[in-house]
Amino acid sequence: MTRHSLSIILLFLFFSASNAEHNARTERISGSAGDVLEDNPVGKLKVYVYELPSKYNKKLLQKDPRCLTHMFAAEIFMHRFLLSSPVRTRNPDEADWFYTPIYPTCDLTPTGLPLPFKSPRMMRSAIQLISSNWPYWNRTEGADHFFVVPHDFGACFHYQEEKAIKRGILPLLKRATLVQTFGQRNHVCLDQGSITIPPFAPPQKMQAHLIAPDIPRSIFVYFRGLFYDVNNDPEGGYYARGARAAVWENFKNNPLFDISTDHPTTYYEDMQRSIFCLCPLGWAPWSPRLVEAVVFGCIPVIIADDIVLPFADAIPWEEIGVFVAEKDVPELDTILTSIPTEVILRKQRLLANPSMKRAMLFPQPAQPGDAFHQILNGLARKLPHDRSIYLREGEKVLNWTAGPVGDLKPW
Amino acid sequence: MKLSALHQSYLNRRRSPLDSSADASSKSFLAVFWLVLHCLCCLISLLLGFRFSRLVFFFLVSTPSSTNLYSPPFRPDLPPPRTDLSPPNATAVEAKTSSSSSRVVVGRHGILIRPWPHPDPVEVMKAHRIIERVQREQKAVFGSGGKSSRAVIAVTPTYARTFQALHLNGVMHSLMLAPYAVVWIVVEAGGASNETASIIAKSGVRTIHVGFDQRMPNTWEDRGKVEVLMRLRALRVVKEEKLDGVVMFADDSNMHSMEFFDEIQNVKWFGAVSVGILAHSGNAEEMVMSMDKRREMVDEEEERSSLPVQGPACNATDKLIGWHVFNTLPYAGKSAVYIDDVAAVLPQKLEWCGFVLNSRILWDEAESKPEWVKEFGLLNENEGVESPLSLLNDPSMVEPLGSCGRQVLLWWLRVEARADSKFPPGWVIDPPLEITVAAKRTPWPDVPPEPPTKKKDQMSLSQGNNVVVIPKQQQQQQQQRSSKVRKPKRRSKRNKHEAKPTDTTTQVSASTKHHQERN
Repeated sequence: MTRHSLSIILLFLFFSASNAEHNARTERISGSAGDVLEDNPVGKLKVYVYELPSKYNKKLLQKDPRCLTHMFAAEIFMHRFLLSSPVRTRNPDEADWFYTPIYPTCDLTPTGLPLPFKSPRMMRSAIQLISSNWPYWNRTEGADHFFVVPHDFGACFHYQEEKAIKRGILPLLKRATLVQTFGQRNHVCLDQGSITIPPFAPPQKMQAHLIAPDIPRSIFVYFRGLFYDVNNDPEGGYYARGARAAVWENFKNNPLFDISTDHPTTYYEDMQRSIFCLCPLGWAPWSPRLVEAVVFGCIPVIIADDIVLPFADAIPWEEIGVFVAEKDVPELDTILTSIPTEVILRKQRLLANPSMKRAMLFPQPAQPGDAFHQILNGLARKLPHDRSIYLREGEKVLNWTAGPVGDLKPW
Repeated sequence: MKLSALHQSYLNRRRSPLDSSADASSKSFLAVFWLVLHCLCCLISLLLGFRFSRLVFFFLVSTPSSTNLYSPPFRPDLPPPRTDLSPPNATAVEAKTSSSSSRVVVGRHGILIRPWPHPDPVEVMKAHRIIERVQREQKAVFGSGGKSSRAVIAVTPTYARTFQALHLNGVMHSLMLAPYAVVWIVVEAGGASNETASIIAKSGVRTIHVGFDQRMPNTWEDRGKVEVLMRLRALRVVKEEKLDGVVMFADDSNMHSMEFFDEIQNVKWFGAVSVGILAHSGNAEEMVMSMDKRREMVDEEEERSSLPVQGPACNATDKLIGWHVFNTLPYAGKSAVYIDDVAAVLPQKLEWCGFVLNSRILWDEAESKPEWVKEFGLLNENEGVESPLSLLNDPSMVEPLGSCGRQVLLWWLRVEARADSKFPPGWVIDPPLEITVAAKRTPWPDVPPEPPTKKKDQMSLSQGNNVVVIPKQQQQQQQQRSSKVRKPKRRSKRNKHEAKPTDTTTQVSASTKHHQERN
C-alpha cells in the first residue's frame, strides 16, 4: 500500500517536474477552454462528402487558380482535407454531418477580389441538387449539413455591410451550420450555431520568414495597412468605422507606434520584432493579421467592437490578446503601457505555445491540432443532434422563394 | 480631376436609387438632373470650403436608418455621434438571434482625435520599461539555448597607481554589463586600500576585496610573478568559500567583449580562448619603426598575421593540438623592462586571461572532478606556476572555446603611466588647485625658464595641500612652475596674434585661466 502510494507520488513529481521545465518557455492554456485545442476529432464524428458536379468546385478552380492563395482559400482546402480524412465516411446513413463541396468565393475579378453576386445562385442550385438527389437534406432541411462560407460577411454574400445586412443570411442556409470567418455579436450575418474560423494565411510563406526567437523585440506597436480607403471612402469615417483613421491621426508621430501604409518585404520579420500588433477592423471586422500575429508571437491588439474571434469556444482570446474598444482608440498608448508586465509576459508565453499557432493555420498536408481539426472539433461538440431537427414527413420549414428576385435565377 | 473622383465615388455610392428607376428616359433625365445638381453643389462647396452637398442630400433623401451625422475629423470635443438606433434591416430578420439590438452601427462615424495627439513622455518611458523587461525575458528563455546560466567569477589583480582608476572602471563596466551573476574578486598588492575599495564599490556586483601583502615591483617580469601569486590567492578564496561558477581572469587593463561572457558559459571544466595581444600600447613611434622593419623583412621571410593572437590551436576536426603563443623575436631587446618604459610590453608565453575554468575544479571534494585535474589544495606556489596549465595533469584536455580559437574574444593590453605621474587620490580635486606642477621630465622641446611667480602661491602650496606632491628642491620647483605658461619667443613668430599659451607642462590646475590672467 505504501509502496503504491510512494510510486504514485514519484510519478506525480516526475510529471510536474517535466511540466515545470516546459512552462518556463510556454504556457499551456489550461482549463476547459484551452485543452480542447488538442482534442482529436477522429472517432467522434463522421462526415459524408456529397459528390457534386465539378462545375461547383474543380472547374472554378481551373478557371482561376488564384483561389488557392487568397484569404478565402479555406473552402478549397477544407474540401481536400475531408476527402482524405479518417472522419470521412462513404456511407451516408451513418454520417453525423454532411458536407457540400462548393466554392462560392472562387469568382475573382482581374485584380483578385471575389465577387459574391453569383454566390447565392450557386448555393441555391447546389442545394436544389442535393435535395433532389439525396434524401438527407429533406430529412432535416439542412440542420445536419455544414457549409464553408469564408467571404467577408459569411453567408450574406455581399462585401458591403449595409447590403449584406439587408440581404441577411441566405434563407436556404438558415438551419445549416455555417463555417465562416466573419464573426460579430448581434449581427445578422452571424448565426448562433456558426463556427468562426481564421482566414487563410499561407503557412509555408510564414514559416519561410521565421527568425530566431532570441532576437530582441524592439518595436512596441506595429501595423502595416490602409488607414483611409481612398478609392471607396476618401474622407474617412466609413472605412473601419473611423477606427483606423483615428489610429493614424493620433499616433502618426509617436515613435512607439511603427505604423504606415508601406509594403515592406520584411513584414513578417518585423512582426516578430514587435511586442504588440494592431488588428483593427477594415470593411469587415476580421483580418489575416490576427493569424499572422499569433504565428509570430506578437500580442494582437483587436480593435473591433463585438467581434467574435476564431474558435472562440476553444481559445481564450481575452487571455492572449488585448481588446480595445473603438471609442478608446485615442488612448491606445495609455492602455497598452498600463498593462502590467507580468500580464504581457504571460500573453507571450501563451502565444509561444505551438498548439495555438497550429490551430490558426491550414497546413498542407493537414497536421494534428490545425484549423481543420479545430473545425471538426467544433462540429463534434455540437453532437449529438437534437431529435427535433428531424422533420416529419412532408413538413417544410424553409422558404425556397425567399430572398431577392435575382437569387432565384438558375446558375 | 478631384471633382471627377468625387463624382465617381458619389455615383458609386448612390447607385441603388438610380437602379431602382425603371424607365429609360426618366433614367437619363434623372442622370442629367443629378449631374447638374452635383456640379452646382460642387461649385458651392468650393466657395464655402467644405462639402455640404452630402449633408444636404443625406438630410433630404436618406432613410433615417443607417447613416449618422457626419462630423468632420478635427473636432475632438464632440462625442461620437452614434445613435442608438438599430439598423431597421436587422429587425426585419426573425428575432431569433438578435433580440438585443447591436450596439455597433453601420455607417459613417467620426474620427476621434484626442486634444494633444503627440507622444506623452510618461507613456514613452513606461513603454521602454516594458520593452526592456520583455527583452530580458527573451534573453533568459531563448538566449544561450535556454540553459540556466552560471555565475561569472572574475579574478582581478590590481594595485594603486595612476591608471588604476582607468583600468578598473573599464573592467567594472564590462562586468556590470554582462547579463550574468558576477562575483568579482579583486586582489590588491600592497594591502586593501580605500581607493580601490571606493572604485569597486560603485560596481553593484558582489565584490570580494582581498589584500595581498607584497608590494607590486617595478619590472614587468617581477610584476607578472606577483600577479600569478595574487591570482592563486584569489583561487584559494574561491575554494574556501565554495563559489560556484565559471572563473575567468580579468586583468585590470584588458578589454573584454560581451560575447566573451556568453562563450565562457559553454565551458565544462577547463577552457581556453584566443586573446588578441596589443603589445604596442601607447607608443606610436615604436610601432612605426617596427612596421618599417617588418616591411623590410617581408622580402626575405613570410609575413605573419599582423595582430598577434595567443590561444588554442586546432586541427581540421576542431580538436586541440597545440597553442599559438606570442612571438617575441621581433621585439628582442626592445621590450619594456620597467613599468613605465616607453617600449612594447610583451606578454608571457600563455597569459592567464586566456583561460577559464569551472570553479568546481578548485573545490576540495572530488565530486565528479575529472582525474586530469590536479588537486588545487596541494599546489605548491613556490614551484613557479607560470600558466594555468600547471593546474592540470593533462593539458590536452583543455576545451577550445570561441569556435575553436577562431574568435578573438578579449584583448590583452598593458598600459601604465610614467613612474613620476601624479594623480589626486580618488581623482577628486579638493580644494581646487591654483597652481600646476611640472613633471620632472618633459618630452617636448625645452621651454625657456620664466621668472618666478609670486611668493603667495608658494605659501598656499606648502600648506599640506595633499593634492600636489612637492618635489624636494624648492628652486627647481619654482623654475619649473614658472615655465608653464608663456609661449616661448620662438613660437610667437608662427602665431601672429596673442593666442592662448600652449601648455608645455602637465597641468593639474582647475583655475588655470584665472591664474594666467593674474600673471
